[in-house]
Amino acid sequence: MDFSLSDDQTMMQDIVKRFISQEYGFETRQSLLTTKQGYSEDMWQTFAEMGWLALPIDDQYGGLGGTIIDTMLLQIELGKGLVLEPFFATAIHSASLLSKVANDDVKQQWLPKIAAGETKFAVAYAEQNSSFQVTQCATSASVTGTGYLLQGKKCVVLGAPSADQLLVTANTDTGLGVFVVDPSLAGISFNNYATNDGHRAAEITFDQVEVLTSARLDSGTNAQSAFDASRDEAIVALAAEALGIMQKLLAATGEHLHTRQQFGRKIGEFQVLQHRVADMFMALESTQSLLYYAALKIASNADDRNRATSMVKVKLAQTSRLVGQTAVQLHGGMGITDELDVGHYFKRLTCINALMGSGDQHMQRLLNHAA
Amino acid sequence: MNISFTPEELLFRDQVRDFLNKRAPAAVKHKQTAGLRLDKHDMVAWQQSLFEEGWAGINWPVEHGGSGWNATQKYIFFDEASKANMPRIVPFGLNMVAPVIYKFGNEEQQKRFLPDILSSKVWWCQGYSEPNAGSDLASLSTKAELQGDHYFVNGTKTWTTLAQYADWIFCLVRTDNSGRKQQGISFLLINMNSPGISLQPIITIDGQHEVNEVHFDNVQVPANNLIGEEGKGWTYAKVLLTHERTGIARVAESKQRFCLLQARIKELQDTPDQPHVNSVFMARVMAVEIDLVSLEYTELRVLSSIATGNAPGPESSILKILGTELQQAIDELFLDLSGLHALPFVPDQYSLGYAGDNLEPHYAANTAPHYYNNRKVSIYGGSNEIQKNIIAKQILGF
Ligand SMILES: Cc1cc2nc3c(=O)[nH]c(=O)nc-3n(C[C@H](O)[C@H](O)[C@H](O)COP(=O)(O)OP(=O)(O)OC[C@H]3O[C@@H](n4cnc5c(N)ncnc54)[C@H](O)[C@@H]3O)c2cc1C
Repeated sequence: MDFSLSDDQTMMQDIVKRFISQEYGFETRQSLLTTKQGYSEDMWQTFAEMGWLALPIDDQYGGLGGTIIDTMLLQIELGKGLVLEPFFATAIHSASLLSKVANDDVKQQWLPKIAAGETKFAVAYAEQNSSFQVTQCATSASVTGTGYLLQGKKCVVLGAPSADQLLVTANTDTGLGVFVVDPSLAGISFNNYATNDGHRAAEITFDQVEVLTSARLDSGTNAQSAFDASRDEAIVALAAEALGIMQKLLAATGEHLHTRQQFGRKIGEFQVLQHRVADMFMALESTQSLLYYAALKIASNADDRNRATSMVKVKLAQTSRLVGQTAVQLHGGMGITDELDVGHYFKRLTCINALMGSGDQHMQRLLNHAA
Repeated sequence: MNISFTPEELLFRDQVRDFLNKRAPAAVKHKQTAGLRLDKHDMVAWQQSLFEEGWAGINWPVEHGGSGWNATQKYIFFDEASKANMPRIVPFGLNMVAPVIYKFGNEEQQKRFLPDILSSKVWWCQGYSEPNAGSDLASLSTKAELQGDHYFVNGTKTWTTLAQYADWIFCLVRTDNSGRKQQGISFLLINMNSPGISLQPIITIDGQHEVNEVHFDNVQVPANNLIGEEGKGWTYAKVLLTHERTGIARVAESKQRFCLLQARIKELQDTPDQPHVNSVFMARVMAVEIDLVSLEYTELRVLSSIATGNAPGPESSILKILGTELQQAIDELFLDLSGLHALPFVPDQYSLGYAGDNLEPHYAANTAPHYYNNRKVSIYGGSNEIQKNIIAKQILGF
């Protein structure tokens, strides 16, 4: 039994930590929020140079071949910086889905470009009524002479406004299909917006969009299991990001309890508040344990992997709320101001909860699994 | 023990319904039903429609223009108004400063201020909290010094809700530093147009401008704006805080929001394959419904105890804690019901006349900002931690 990190992992962690504290302070982040793009292209290039975009990608496709543990460690630190770059959409979710669903040529075409920071992707899968069961997909791909005709609407596609390519799920005559689609094709329209954690997303309408046969990366059970596996990896990455955020919130709250004075003493001297901090700590520790558990189960069979990721997502739904809400509460009025970072961490935690299936959905999946 | 309504009470309920149907402002109703944001004008219009009915002074004594309702009538009114989707009454004038003026103000002050409060002609805001005096309100330091027949006020108030709309602010100020900190506090009414007052907006995490910092730089205030005696402000304010705490439970409003939630759930259940309503979620909805019934009966018990002549005790703290926790629990259910669709931040979609694409379901994108904003309810009005201190003190006696 050994939960310790390798020297390389510790070194990487230190580098990311230093970068976030020196280059990605809260002020920098807040000024990026107000730009049109909502993040910095220079930062993105720095992420590429640091090797973070390449980390989760296999070395035969221009990546560094990092493990899920490496990704997890990176995400914990990026979480503390509340980074706005579409790292999750491109380097986590899209890279994972591409590497599981695409053939070798397609992987050679795109993965090195992702690793190098040249191409950004977004996964367009969610719809009005199907954000969890990916097979419940109303978007259709009907066969034409030269390929497919895409028809449908996708919702809350994270990173879509800046994406150079889209991975789109659609129903085909052979089951669920995953397509790689150039967003500038005729018939595709975007309604771009910011999400309430400051990221960017879009509703995308596909109206009679013609794509070539080669756009279909795979379909049927292969595509489904690829999607499912990439979602489980995405859940681990998100939970890691959330853990970083919770650690940050615990530290900020502890600091506040040391400095804020009321009734002639530091509010941290009130025992009820000390217990609340202890609750926060227990919450994030138990999340961290399930995060490790899920990360170590990622390579298992689909059932075990699903079970483990659902467990961490259910736990996270409870603990992220507890930690986020307690941090805000103990900051008093300051906690709900835009000016303080605490509220922004709280909002990001809230959004992470809604991504890749809610706690309730994952609890239901566990119950179904056990039945 | 009997909670059914008498024939007179049922008649009263019909009167309230008739008013809400016919005379409450249609524009406000429309916005509320469509889930659109209200502006100052809407809130004033709603309150003025109550005034015209003679119903603005719900808790006021009849001699000052109060409605003269008993506890049951008040309950019926708030229940019906919430069911009709009408907004809450802005508390600062009608429910907060007015009781202090009619209880502790002199006759001249009552004549000068009460009519305009009753008719919602004048907007008030509450200047209690300061950067260094939140939970420990009595440590406030905004200073008022009497020179001749004027006070000169210096200091900073903060978290002042909707001060940007306000014509007047009621303040707790320090007039004496010598004794116990509660003793040197006075209750002063200040015109917001006075030279030396400046506002600084505070933007909250839902992106809205709802609270402000109010700075007083040598603001000259006529001495006859002091309520009651110098140094007694703390006593007056405590009376008011108890009022604030029961009002803050907002049971009727939570009932209405819960009904709305159930309607949304129903819509989704009728949609094939929708992902959000499953049995795990429904168990949480039921748990909240149980708490709602419990809270409603707690409130009724408190009201009936007040009606039989008892003073509100620690129950008002219970109502504040349970009421706010319930509001926040309902926020979480709305948020979770919306799933991913809660993520878009499109505040303009909730303004009248928005011309862009509406994201569907329409309510979803407002659930997160609402959830964020409503974290305030366990912080203000005496935080829930402070309420628990009060309850524990009364139970344990130390
Ligand atoms: C949206 C909003 C609107 C508001 N509107 C107004 C307004 O219109 N007018 C006005 O005057 N004020 C207003 N307030 C201020 C509000 O009343 C204060 O925020 C509140 O009293 C808490 O003070 P604080 O924010 O300074 O927190 P603090 O007092 O610093 O408290 C920080 C944390 O410590 C806890 N704490 C403090 N003391 C104790 C203790 N003894 N035991 C246990 N826990 C303790 C608190 O519960 C809280 O969790 C508003 C606040 C908000 C957020």
